[in-house]
Amino acid sequence: MQKHVLVIEDEPNIIEAISFILSRDGWSVRTHSNGVTAVETVLARKPDVVILDVMLPGKSGYDILRELRDLPETRDLPILMLTARGQTKDRELAERAGVSHFMTKPFSNAEVIEAVRALVAPVSDPP
Amino acid sequence: MITLNALIAVCLTYVVFLFAVAFVAERSALRGRVRWVRAPLVYTLSLSIYCTAWTFYGAVGSAARSGFEYLTIYLGPSLVMIGWWWVLRKLVRIGRSQRITSVADLVSSRYGKSNLLAICVTILAVIGTTPYIALQLQSVTLSFEVFAQPGVPSPEEGQRSYTALWVAVGLAIFTVIFGTRNLDANERHHGVVMAIAVEAVVKLAALMAVGIFVVWGLSGGVAETLARIDSSELGQWQMDGGRWAGLTLLSAAAFLCLPRMFQVLVVESDDEGHLRTASWAFPLYLMMMSLFVVPIAVVGLDLMPPGSNPDLFVLTVPLATGQEGLAVLSFLGGFSSATSMVIVAAIALSTMVSNHIVMPIWLRLTGGGASVSGDVRSVVLLARRLSIAGVVGLGYLYYSLSGGGTALATIGFVSFVGMAQVLPAMLGGIFWRGATRTGALGGLITGFTIWIYALFLPSIGSGALPDAVMTEGLFGLAWLRPQALFGIVGLDPLLHALLWSMTLNVITFVVFSLASFPSPLERLQGAQFVNVFDHSGGPRSWAGGVAQTEDLMIMAQRILGAPEAQALFEREARRQGTRGPLPDPTPDFLESLERVLSGSVGAATAHAMVGQIVGGMSVSVEDLMAVADESAQLMEYSARLETQSNELSRTARQLREANQKLTRLSVQKDAFLTQISHELRTPMTSIRAFSEILRDSTGLTAGEQIKYASIIHDEAIRLTRLLDDLLDLSVLENGQVHLNLRQGKLGEVLDRAAAAANDGGLSLRIRRDARREQVMLNTDLDRLSQVFINLIANARKYCISDQPELSIQVTDDSDLLFIDFVDNGEGVSAEAQDMIFEKFARVSDSQAGGAGLGLAISRQIMTRLGGGIVYLPGHKGAAFRVMLPRNYAMAAQ
Amino acid sequence: MTEDGAEDPLRTPARPRSPLFLQRESYRRRRLIDAARFLPILGLLLWAVPLLWSGGPEDAMPGSGALIYIFGIWTALVVAAFVLSVRLRRNEEKPGGGA
Repeated sequence: MQKHVLVIEDEPNIIEAISFILSRDGWSVRTHSNGVTAVETVLARKPDVVILDVMLPGKSGYDILRELRDLPETRDLPILMLTARGQTKDRELAERAGVSHFMTKPFSNAEVIEAVRALVAPVSDPP
Repeated sequence: MITLNALIAVCLTYVVFLFAVAFVAERSALRGRVRWVRAPLVYTLSLSIYCTAWTFYGAVGSAARSGFEYLTIYLGPSLVMIGWWWVLRKLVRIGRSQRITSVADLVSSRYGKSNLLAICVTILAVIGTTPYIALQLQSVTLSFEVFAQPGVPSPEEGQRSYTALWVAVGLAIFTVIFGTRNLDANERHHGVVMAIAVEAVVKLAALMAVGIFVVWGLSGGVAETLARIDSSELGQWQMDGGRWAGLTLLSAAAFLCLPRMFQVLVVESDDEGHLRTASWAFPLYLMMMSLFVVPIAVVGLDLMPPGSNPDLFVLTVPLATGQEGLAVLSFLGGFSSATSMVIVAAIALSTMVSNHIVMPIWLRLTGGGASVSGDVRSVVLLARRLSIAGVVGLGYLYYSLSGGGTALATIGFVSFVGMAQVLPAMLGGIFWRGATRTGALGGLITGFTIWIYALFLPSIGSGALPDAVMTEGLFGLAWLRPQALFGIVGLDPLLHALLWSMTLNVITFVVFSLASFPSPLERLQGAQFVNVFDHSGGPRSWAGGVAQTEDLMIMAQRILGAPEAQALFEREARRQGTRGPLPDPTPDFLESLERVLSGSVGAATAHAMVGQIVGGMSVSVEDLMAVADESAQLMEYSARLETQSNELSRTARQLREANQKLTRLSVQKDAFLTQISHELRTPMTSIRAFSEILRDSTGLTAGEQIKYASIIHDEAIRLTRLLDDLLDLSVLENGQVHLNLRQGKLGEVLDRAAAAANDGGLSLRIRRDARREQVMLNTDLDRLSQVFINLIANARKYCISDQPELSIQVTDDSDLLFIDFVDNGEGVSAEAQDMIFEKFARVSDSQAGGAGLGLAISRQIMTRLGGGIVYLPGHKGAAFRVMLPRNYAMAAQ
Repeated sequence: MTEDGAEDPLRTPARPRSPLFLQRESYRRRRLIDAARFLPILGLLLWAVPLLWSGGPEDAMPGSGALIYIFGIWTALVVAAFVLSVRLRRNEEKPGGGA
């Protein structure tokens, strides 16, 4: 069964790139580019993995992450965070907010695929 | 031969005359005619009480016995007077400004009003003066005898005592009458001083008359007299150097310390200018007093039979040569010397005794109820009178007990050494601020003890000290022999006592002073005494010796400040129900006042201040005012401190603000770096992602390949533009920009900018007024165009409207050209208006593809061009105003 | 000598005078005071001279000579003190200079 990935990102070219590489890897990709409505979208689409940008118009990626972690439905949802702000404190902030994986831009396509696969793996292969 | 009765009559007449003089002087002074009563000459003559019967009779005796030694007694005081600028001037000024009543009061007042010190000095003075008074009585008695029974050297004891008693009683009456007529706060006695001055003239005249008679009448002239001197026993200078120097210094010290001298020098003085006259007149007087002493002695030794008393040559020489009139004059001279000394000494001592011994005891016995004025005054007067009687009585007692056998001169020197013990404390007190009460007390007691042991007791004669002590020392300790202390033998007993008492006195005084710490009042008094010339303009009148609410009020005002003090006193007056603003000094009020004051000056000082105003003893209000002033200065100082601390906190606030600004700047810098990182990474992410796709993905369609390649291309351009902008901004910010000034029309620049900004994509309608744009510019047209492009592009990107429209209006101000860009969008929120010119500040959150450097660059450009760019609030849409200075703009021809 | 300034009544703030006068008179006055201070020291030294006179029987100072010496100095000191006192008074009694 095809897994769903929701990409929340505001840069059109990056959305296009991620959509392309994940589609080629066999994922069903959906995209969203508004921070304010991001949480609703996640709840509505029920993705298997979320790829979340930090600097989104309207709402920061950290806030979205925290809200998702507060909700029972998405408490354990694998979330991969991508940010162009690559400082240590950004990573710490993300980890404290409960991120599943954290990557800085620019990224290698292979790494993104690998990370998304790894995030979904425990679910697909229950012990 | 003059009869005894005639002599008594002369005596009584003279006394009546003195009474009259004193009475008239007193009256004149009461009527305010003090000019003649207080002439410099009177002051000088009053000092002559230094010359007592001891010097009148004793000087000749001393010369006959031991040559020129008698001169030392006059040389010391002469030097002190000539050197008035050193010590006397200061003493007199202190005496006036501090209202000193006696030498005991001076010492006590200097060392924090210590009554213990006052008592010590008083006791010392009484012990030292009593033999001296006895000596005067003895001399008067002896001189009577000379007339009564010439040739019979030793009359019956009973008659002697009888004469002395009557003399003592008479002197006591005179002193009581003129010494305690009024209780002047200044302790001045005009009548007494005038009588003394008259007596001084009589003494001098008598001695001069005898001298002139001896030189010209008996010897035949000056040359003959000198020859007679040279051929006599006194013909050669035979003087122990130690005694010469020691006695000169001793008499100088005694001149300052003797209670009666202090009385006339300081207490009775009311004009410092008088000292100036006395500085030469008194040495002159002393010189004249001593001028004929040697001739009289030499002639007396020649004329009189061997064994006759040389102390009485002044009388016996005229009598022996049949000059009875001269002898009577001489008798009156001696009588004057004795009486004036006793009178002044009695006044001085009684002041001390009553002020420092009787009154404190009385106050303690009556529970310190000293606030009722009448009581205290009558008690003080009674105490004075009793003290006078007591002092004279003691002198009489001493005379009758000792039998009057000792040579006159010895008693005088013993007394001198005793009073000289006060000198270290006195001089130390007026010249050395570090002198303390402990030091003064220690020195005084040390010197006093040694004086008593080594000089006073041995001088009384056998019986006062057991022979065993004299020869083997106290407790059999040889080094404690009274006249060979510490085993040093062979010294003249007088010099021995002087040396040890003064040396140990000074050492104790200095060491104890250095080791102890003075009380606040002591330190204050010390400053007042030592620096008396800094803060005393002269005496101010202060009448009465009782509690004055006004005084308390003034003092309280100086300490608490006028409004507080007035409020305090008014509150109390209302509580007491008195009319007027001043309350009565009830104990309750004084207690509460003291408590209030102690908040400002400390409890001890407040207690002393209130106590002294209320006690009203010998303390001047000026002292208290000085304390008050000092505390006012303290308060002023603390007010200054407060100001300073305000300044400090202001500075601290400024520093804090500066720090906050720096922190903000640092945060901004961090934010800037983060922003740059983000702005650079975003296009690079796309570039990397698509280049990897192009490299790794198989089976891409040609369309996809072209699309992805062009994305890479676009992002690369975006990256380049961003780098260009950053570089541009950096150059502008650092002022390294080179302006390319050219001439051109504003309209053309706007045309180019609109074309560049508006190509492709959403179309923005631009409204312009071409006529107004006909302005010739002389500026960097490319840079100006860059600003316009940015503004138009922003409008195109951010103007959220169905029909986006930008209006460009040109306005001519006096020296500025305004170019306004107003769109019909939503504008910029008030909070964001401050931010939009900052780097990376985007006007809206919506994606617009810019790095957010445009407005920051525009502002830098306009600053370089000498103008500016501001956001114009108050418009519906976004509104920017570009300002160009007129000197860059030139109107089209 | 250190109290010179403080002791000078002419300099009390209550009696402001023209600066020119103040300086000149103040200077004169200071020197007079110096002299007044020096005088007793001089007297002490001169009157200490008899300490040097030997008390030997042969070459002893004759009594008349001793008297003349001591009284001569006395007279000189009195005259000097008188002159100083008059000068000081004159100095003080000039307008505004009362003591």
